Amino acid sequence: MKKNPWVKDFPQIQDGYRYFDSAATSLKPKVVIDQMNDYNLRLSANIHRGMYAQSQEATEIYEEARRVVADFIHGREDEIVFTRGTTASLNLVARAFGMAILNEGDEILSDEAEHHSSILPWLNVSHQRKANLSYIPLSKEGKLTIESFKESISNRTKIVAIHHVSNVMGYQALLKDMIDIAHEHGAYVVVDGAQAIQHMPVNVKNLDADFYAFSGHKMLGPTGIGVLYGKFDLLDKMNPIEYGGDMALDVMKHQFSWKETPIKFEAGTMPIAEAFGLKAAIEYFQSIGFKHIHTYTETLYNYLMKKLNQIEDVDIYNQSSDTFIFTFNLKNVPSHDAISYFSEKNIALRSGQHCAKLMHDFLGINSSLRGTIYLYNTYEDVDVLVEEIKAAVSYFKALGF
Amino acid sequence: MNNLDHLYREIIMEHYKNPRNQGLVEDEKYTANRIKNPSCGDDITIQVWVEDGLVKDIRQVATGCSISVASASVLSEIVKGKTVEDAKKIVEAYINMVTNKPFDESVDLEEAAVFSGVKKFPARIKCASIAWVAFKDSLE
Repeated sequence: MKKNPWVKDFPQIQDGYRYFDSAATSLKPKVVIDQMNDYNLRLSANIHRGMYAQSQEATEIYEEARRVVADFIHGREDEIVFTRGTTASLNLVARAFGMAILNEGDEILSDEAEHHSSILPWLNVSHQRKANLSYIPLSKEGKLTIESFKESISNRTKIVAIHHVSNVMGYQALLKDMIDIAHEHGAYVVVDGAQAIQHMPVNVKNLDADFYAFSGHKMLGPTGIGVLYGKFDLLDKMNPIEYGGDMALDVMKHQFSWKETPIKFEAGTMPIAEAFGLKAAIEYFQSIGFKHIHTYTETLYNYLMKKLNQIEDVDIYNQSSDTFIFTFNLKNVPSHDAISYFSEKNIALRSGQHCAKLMHDFLGINSSLRGTIYLYNTYEDVDVLVEEIKAAVSYFKALGF
Repeated sequence: MNNLDHLYREIIMEHYKNPRNQGLVEDEKYTANRIKNPSCGDDITIQVWVEDGLVKDIRQVATGCSISVASASVLSEIVKGKTVEDAKKIVEAYINMVTNKPFDESVDLEEAAVFSGVKKFPARIKCASIAWVAFKDSLE
């Protein structure tokens, strides 16, 4: 058995807790918690406004967090907007950009494998602007393919809203090629990166993505903070959607102006402790390197899948996954029944539709169980999971399911 | 009995496999109420015919987990033929029981009492109450 060098960094893992719900949210290493506590214990001051040392330091670290994020994805500092999370980031693009550029008869292109957060903001905008939302047909396995994307896109396509990695299946889209094709047609590409950023190096410049969104809490960071990357020229043309403190430059009784990009999008007091924590999470990744995480998690995932495939009466919906998500059901057992069994065994999986109802319709199922192998999972975790899946199959069979 | 065995009682499994009063009718006497739970995929419709202060008939269609399907079935059996007033009392006691709140133990929950195991599974309270809430709403 290979020893896991990172599990000790995660204080949440105790007393045989087996955590496989990382696609929903990741655990947080102690360094992230410490960084947030440092802000709360020592500074707890607002940013951009105070003239005292604590506020100055808070401002410096908050803006340093922006630089760290920019370097991490190879963007520029002024192309990084802090938000509440991926959902807020994608809604910001839809409302501030989509609403401005879409006209009646224009097309938004998306697909059934999207998370609700990548589709509902566009469905809403399509109704408001009388634009059409069309779906790129998925392959039989549920993947986006270049062929079907080429067939779907046209010169009416103004926005392509797609995932980098799908949240139910863990399939990586051929993003670079899709973005090139979209640009040839004059369309902008808005990428939901929530399931990719924690698994692989992301280079928004090489990808030439117009917008790229992700959350802190799925990448070992805190809840309540996320990022919208946008090409500067696009962000700069967009109007804010929230108005209030800090974003304003000059305020008169009947007029006002706003600050520069990206500060104009960050109205009100931002999640400062969370920005500190996000910075610590990125530094934690950098101290390990994605290559090491990938090698370890891929080997462990292959170990799991081999065992999972040997269990009778388990339906697996993705035999491979670029981010080691495994989605399955126990035969004839609704996922909400199965999940109660696993929760009693201190095993955290996800049951339901994972905010992706269209993908479940595509698969022809009502709901599913989903797990992910991530860096803090151990061989023992997998062994326990496999044994409990076997035991659950027998348990529910005996009950008459 | 462990928590799971207390949840998956024989009566529940029996109703899950053979749901009572299943299928909707096309009849204006009935009012229908549909509730979906988007997080898990439960989809339940309850159809009720109330006349002269009596629940004359109840029909149900439920897709979802065993607890939600069985609880819709048990509900339909218990409240059929009861006065609206009695049915409301039963619903109130039942919902309090599954949410682990104090409830009027003088109310006879009949077979629905087997759902008491749900209180140990806070994540399943919705499963056990979705049909009952739909029924309650259709009485209003």
